[in-house]
Amino acid sequence: MQTLRRLNLHPGWWLVLPFLLVVMGMFLGPILNILWLSVTLPEPGLDNYAALFESEPLRRMLWTTLRICLITTVMSVILGYSIAYAMMHASGANRNWMISLLLVTFWISVLVRTFSWLMLLGRNGPVNNALMGAGLVSEPVEFMRNELGVLIGMVHYMIPYAVLPILASMQNIDNRVIAASRNLGAGGAQTFWRIYLPLTRPGIVAGAILVFILSLGFFVTPAILGGGRVLMVAEYISVQVLITLRWGTAAMLAVLLLGGVLALMFILSRLIPLSQVFGGARR
Amino acid sequence: MSADSAQSGGLAITGLVKRYGTVEAVAGIDLEIQRGEFLTLLGPSGSGKTTLLMMIAGFQDATAGDILLDGRSIVATPAEKRNFGMVFQGYALFPHMSVRDNIGYALSVRKRPRREIAGRVEEMIDLVQLQGMEDRLPAQLSGGQQQRVALARALAFAPPVLLLDEPLGALDRKLRIEVQAQLKDLHERVGTTFIYVTHDQEEALSMSDRVVIMQSGRIEQVGTPQELYSRPRTRFAATFLGKSNFLHRDGRVWALRPEKIDLHVGSSGDDRTTGKILSQTYFGSVLNYRVETTEFGVLEVDVDAWRGGAALRPGTVVSIGWHDEAVVPLED
Repeated sequence: MQTLRRLNLHPGWWLVLPFLLVVMGMFLGPILNILWLSVTLPEPGLDNYAALFESEPLRRMLWTTLRICLITTVMSVILGYSIAYAMMHASGANRNWMISLLLVTFWISVLVRTFSWLMLLGRNGPVNNALMGAGLVSEPVEFMRNELGVLIGMVHYMIPYAVLPILASMQNIDNRVIAASRNLGAGGAQTFWRIYLPLTRPGIVAGAILVFILSLGFFVTPAILGGGRVLMVAEYISVQVLITLRWGTAAMLAVLLLGGVLALMFILSRLIPLSQVFGGARR
Repeated sequence: MSADSAQSGGLAITGLVKRYGTVEAVAGIDLEIQRGEFLTLLGPSGSGKTTLLMMIAGFQDATAGDILLDGRSIVATPAEKRNFGMVFQGYALFPHMSVRDNIGYALSVRKRPRREIAGRVEEMIDLVQLQGMEDRLPAQLSGGQQQRVALARALAFAPPVLLLDEPLGALDRKLRIEVQAQLKDLHERVGTTFIYVTHDQEEALSMSDRVVIMQSGRIEQVGTPQELYSRPRTRFAATFLGKSNFLHRDGRVWALRPEKIDLHVGSSGDDRTTGKILSQTYFGSVLNYRVETTEFGVLEVDVDAWRGGAALRPGTVVSIGWHDEAVVPLED
């Protein structure tokens, strides 16, 4: 809306127009095409969507996706909250270290990190060897190729996305408000539950929605650490497109995913400015 | 409430020191504060007045010295156990809580019964006249209303001592004068010991029973507003509280308030010197002259504007006099 109005007003937009058209054509075009495919393949109608209610494997897969995403979100937010809290209360130099270490994880390819987990937690990995060597377990623990593996890998990947919005909301808290709570007789725990936590809620909600959105479409980690046994929606789509060639089903799931993400983004944008979420700790 | 605030709230501070590295923010303070007193800590920024208040509140540890409440040492008691009310600079209201919940917070963390809390909150709402605002959030209130919520919140648990950290700083001048009167009235009604930090001399003079002038972490002078104004002991006290001229006579420095000087054209019997007007400034109630005198250098003279008739022009030659008790010897 704003874009259209300014298109008429500002000549600068004419410079951007060609790129805008390219992006729209190359991006929106295929998306509309998928929408189209989902209601026309293999034959016109809403059969692909009806399968959501009829097909047992499809429902099981969607439930798996939802469950893993929810657990990932809860774990990432709890761990992210602890990390952000530690950062807030660390000395200046330590805090810089912690932020650098957090950002380093952004720069490492998700593929590398996933394979690292595979090696660390595999049957002959250092963790299992140590556990066996210490006599804690008699045979290797199955960390990988199951839901636990997927969860470990995904939580590890998602934590920074939870930390940054939470850290931003913690930085917004006026220290005097915390002092006021203590002055009025509240101890540390009471101050945390009644003042600190409620005041960081926008950050928690933003972090949770962000992590959930990213988890929904996650492909690499579930595919590798799940070992084909934990099927989530992104991998399911890929199987439909590349192996079973049921494009209609794949398109339907893609539309579902896109719709879900857009809805969540909308909710997120109501709660907190998006620039603050993606800008992380900067204010 | 078990604590009857009229029965306690006497503070004794002895040899209190706060050191940051090599800097002494509070450099040895001895002070007795009577129960029910309205005491103001007055000083420029960096004088240690806020640090002293934070130490009384328990937010800053003492490097040395002791703080006694009704004879018992509280210097090792954590802030949440001291039971002192506090009004913070900027109020520090809980932004996610209604006015009602803000005011009831201290009782609620003490796990008082719901009915008692509701009754007390209502009492406090009446006391600070915020009827009808109970369900609003702090952001929906004006600055003056927020200030009243902060007061009610701090007084709700009947603390023996109320600490106020520049509570009027965020208000505009007209409102500030109004709130000063309300604060003083409130103090008389609740009978709690008030310790009030400000850098505004007008606030200090108009509200306090006693004023403590601080500089560089030390007490410069303590006394009633009248004592401090009429008998400043040091040059700093004389200039920080009101304006003053300084006369050098008999190897001493003397303070002389501008409004205690008589100024007139021509001469009379008890003139001390003569001078020439350099400039005049009009302040509504007062006309201020700068006069170049033959004996004492440049003196500031304040004349009641309504009494002075037409303003004297620069260059006019005038005679100047004062009563003997108008000049006060300083310690410097």
